[in-house]
Amino acid sequence: MRLRHHATIALLLWASSCVGYDHQSALDPAGPQAGSVHGLWYLMLGISAGVYVVVVAALLLVIRRRQAHPLEPDETRSRDREARAKRVVVIAGAVTVGVLFVVLLADLAVARGLTRLATSPALTIRVTGHQWWWDVEYEDSIPQRRVRLANEIHLPVGQPVLVKLQSHDVIHSFWVPNLAGKRDLIPGHHTETWIRADRPGVYRSQCAEFCGLQHAKMALYVVAEPRDQFDAWIARQRTPAVTPNDTLAIRGKGVLESGSCALCHTVTSTLARGLVGPNLTHVGSRLSLAAGTLPNTPGYLAGWIADPQTIKPGAQMPPNSLTPEDLRALVAYLSTLR
Amino acid sequence: MATTIGTDPLTLPPAIHDEDRKTLHETWEPERGFKGWVRAVNHKTVGKRYIVTALVFLLLGGLEAAALRMQLARPDNTLLGPDRYNQVFSMHGTTMMFLFAVPIMTAIGIYLVPLMIGTRNVAYPRLNALGYWTFLLGGVFLYTFFAMNSGPDAGWTSYTPLTGPQFANGKRIDVWAQLVTFTEIAALIAALEMVMTVLKMRAPGMTFRRLPLFVWAQFITAAMVMFAMPAVATGSIMLGADRLLATHFFNHAEGGDALLYQHLFWFFGHPEVYIIFLPALGMVSQIVGTFSRRPVFGYPVMVAALLTTGFIGFGLWVHHMFATSVHMLSQSFFTAASTMIAIPTGVQIFCWIATLWLGRPVWKTPLLFVAGFVVVFMIGGLSGVMLASVPFDAQAHDTYFVVAHLHYVLLGGALFPLFGAFYYWYPKVVGRLMSERLGKWHFWLLLIGVNVTFFPQHLLGLEGMTRRIYTYSEAMGWGPLNLVSTVGAVIIVAGMAMFAVNLLWSVRHGEDAGANPWGADTLEWLTTSPPPPYNFVDTPVVTSRDGLWAYDGEVPVVTGLHTDRPEVLVTSMMDTRPVYRHEMPEPTYAPLVMAVVIAGMLAAGIFTPWGVVVGTFAIVIPFYIWAWPDRGQHARNLREEKQRRAEPEMAS
Repeated sequence: MRLRHHATIALLLWASSCVGYDHQSALDPAGPQAGSVHGLWYLMLGISAGVYVVVVAALLLVIRRRQAHPLEPDETRSRDREARAKRVVVIAGAVTVGVLFVVLLADLAVARGLTRLATSPALTIRVTGHQWWWDVEYEDSIPQRRVRLANEIHLPVGQPVLVKLQSHDVIHSFWVPNLAGKRDLIPGHHTETWIRADRPGVYRSQCAEFCGLQHAKMALYVVAEPRDQFDAWIARQRTPAVTPNDTLAIRGKGVLESGSCALCHTVTSTLARGLVGPNLTHVGSRLSLAAGTLPNTPGYLAGWIADPQTIKPGAQMPPNSLTPEDLRALVAYLSTLR
Repeated sequence: MATTIGTDPLTLPPAIHDEDRKTLHETWEPERGFKGWVRAVNHKTVGKRYIVTALVFLLLGGLEAAALRMQLARPDNTLLGPDRYNQVFSMHGTTMMFLFAVPIMTAIGIYLVPLMIGTRNVAYPRLNALGYWTFLLGGVFLYTFFAMNSGPDAGWTSYTPLTGPQFANGKRIDVWAQLVTFTEIAALIAALEMVMTVLKMRAPGMTFRRLPLFVWAQFITAAMVMFAMPAVATGSIMLGADRLLATHFFNHAEGGDALLYQHLFWFFGHPEVYIIFLPALGMVSQIVGTFSRRPVFGYPVMVAALLTTGFIGFGLWVHHMFATSVHMLSQSFFTAASTMIAIPTGVQIFCWIATLWLGRPVWKTPLLFVAGFVVVFMIGGLSGVMLASVPFDAQAHDTYFVVAHLHYVLLGGALFPLFGAFYYWYPKVVGRLMSERLGKWHFWLLLIGVNVTFFPQHLLGLEGMTRRIYTYSEAMGWGPLNLVSTVGAVIIVAGMAMFAVNLLWSVRHGEDAGANPWGADTLEWLTTSPPPPYNFVDTPVVTSRDGLWAYDGEVPVVTGLHTDRPEVLVTSMMDTRPVYRHEMPEPTYAPLVMAVVIAGMLAAGIFTPWGVVVGTFAIVIPFYIWAWPDRGQHARNLREEKQRRAEPEMAS
């Protein structure tokens, strides 16, 4: 039984390629920051390649020259050649300084350009890093309109979003390669970054600062969608959790409220008010489970609830010894939370 | 030019009686047996041990790297779990930086510098031995805990608060912090003696204008160590205090700051790269000069470049912290400094190429490795200029792009020159040449392996593969490039096997080297291979920057050192006039005893603060052994004193 269980989980892990997202790459920019860095990268790559080719070619030319009879001291030191070598070295040094200056100016220009995005944000999102997941809160002056979720950010295409970063425990780093460079989340410091997605898509982000055992499995999805879709999404996220109406889901709600789940997780309008783990109010609507580790399907969800320690050893979530019926009911209930 | 260079050097110093040589031998000869082994204070004995020990750590760090590459070879691999993987990558970084790269550069300096400046030993031989024992015991300490599943697991940088008492249980981080303390002691000792040796013990005539570039590099490196190491010492001690004494230096909840740790670490950590790199540049200069059959082009520029690197190296550390939200103005400053550091290195590369062009290069293995150095290192140097850019660094930081960059820099910039140095100086140390054929195999396998391993990692980094992850899912599409990278690692292992075989095989079967197999110009080639315990029968006098090449058949020497006691010549700092004869200490147990007490103190200190308290008192014992006058020396001094008093009477 136990063995089969493990085999199932291994199979689940193997198949965890179901979340559809754009190719994660800094070389495939979808926003202005990543875009300008992309340009800078090709500029620097071109210059570097040129410098490299010239210097290595010079080295190879020197290598190809006549070779001395072993150990015979060189007697042919001519003043003329020395002077020529000196000229070449001085010119090469000057060119080096010039090229580096060009690179430096390009650096500073791009860095300056990046700060221009900081105008008035269309949205402010607070992202808090935890070992090993992301707590996401959409700020709003009206408390009821605030939205809390985990491991996923939705934003409207073409609008600058301010992301306020903080850490609950150790240093993490927020990085969406397709959109912008990274910014650390440091306990005791408030940092922020700006992102803007110029085309719709799902962009993967991965924690970039080593944060312990499951640093490898701490991802987040940024969903950029047209304004109307985004508005619909956020309106739905603002509603409290749906009350189930089929018997299985009703039983599942009971399992959630009476079991250990409620100690760590919150589902608004239920008795589950825990603040340790991710908010589950709309967990059914999310793309992934366990911070981008698994796709969000009932099967994976059941596997994750039953034995998180096999999927993500060291994660803060303990294994749950629910009866198969309870587990099925719980999964049924959570899947309704869309 | 000098025709006698390359012949038996023992005939060179004029009119030395065999009897004198015999007395010198008796005076300097190392003691035999186990007793002699633990009491040794000769720089060559200590240097060789240092080198061999560092090579053992290279092997261990390399095996760890191989394990990491095996784990990452395919997606969702389960060879190493997260806990094991984190320990192994932390051990790899810690071993390579603290137990291999810095120590081996130091070690080669300890062996070669006294020979290159024409003296008999380093300035503080007992301190030198203490440094070695401390380094050795530090390594043993680290690996003992690693074997007990208590190796460090937060990277070679060990950032707080992940390493603070709240998030890192057990002794793993304490072991790391204490290992750093061990290596700090060893490094500071080596730096101190290197600076003093170079300042006070150069042969007459070897002014700073004539100092070989390798000695310059070691000298500047030692000065850098003295400024860089105290920063990390502070950091690691504060980390240890946070963990063991409930201080809150890095705990923001109690008014501390997690970023303070990063500043302390990188204020050391960045110069550390140059502490590894500068001696390598020195090696390259010696090899280029020798095999081009002419002095390195632009000597003053080369020295200026080393000095500039030594200074600017301290002004870059914040570029490791760009992602922590640094103020724009400081960003620009550190970007400019990080870009600027490329200038001195670039100029040195131009000068070497000019040297090769002006000279008549002989393509032996050492020079081959120098060419490899340029080809590999430049990729790392150029990606370093890219990483100096704040916007680009924001994308590449903490990804495999940086992993690729740092390996290109360290393997290209330090390992290739280091191997060149092995092929170059091995005959001096062992008396036999290493096999050229195996050397070429080693070179080509390493060159191909390094590029196959690390080049794809640039791309992986830009695709978002972050550092220090124990696995990745197949959906990321990183599998193929990671597999290529692992194949490259296998090629590197094959190359290193060639090197290992060559090292061992040539001890017995290598071609006989003679004193100066390469016809080189520096003083170490004046004496036999391997050098006698006293290095030179008489102290040579340096007449030109060209060293041996300028001697024209005759080596002027300074005589007058006692042969019946271990004396060295101390010269004045700038113009190297002989100032006085300094008697060196005899072999002694003191360094080993002191190192053992220090090690006990540091090891006990991670379990109880009483370890430090008791250790502080216990250290008095080796101090006594250390300071206890040598009976024979004391008696001789008394006798001489009496003689001196008697002399005026006889004269009257």
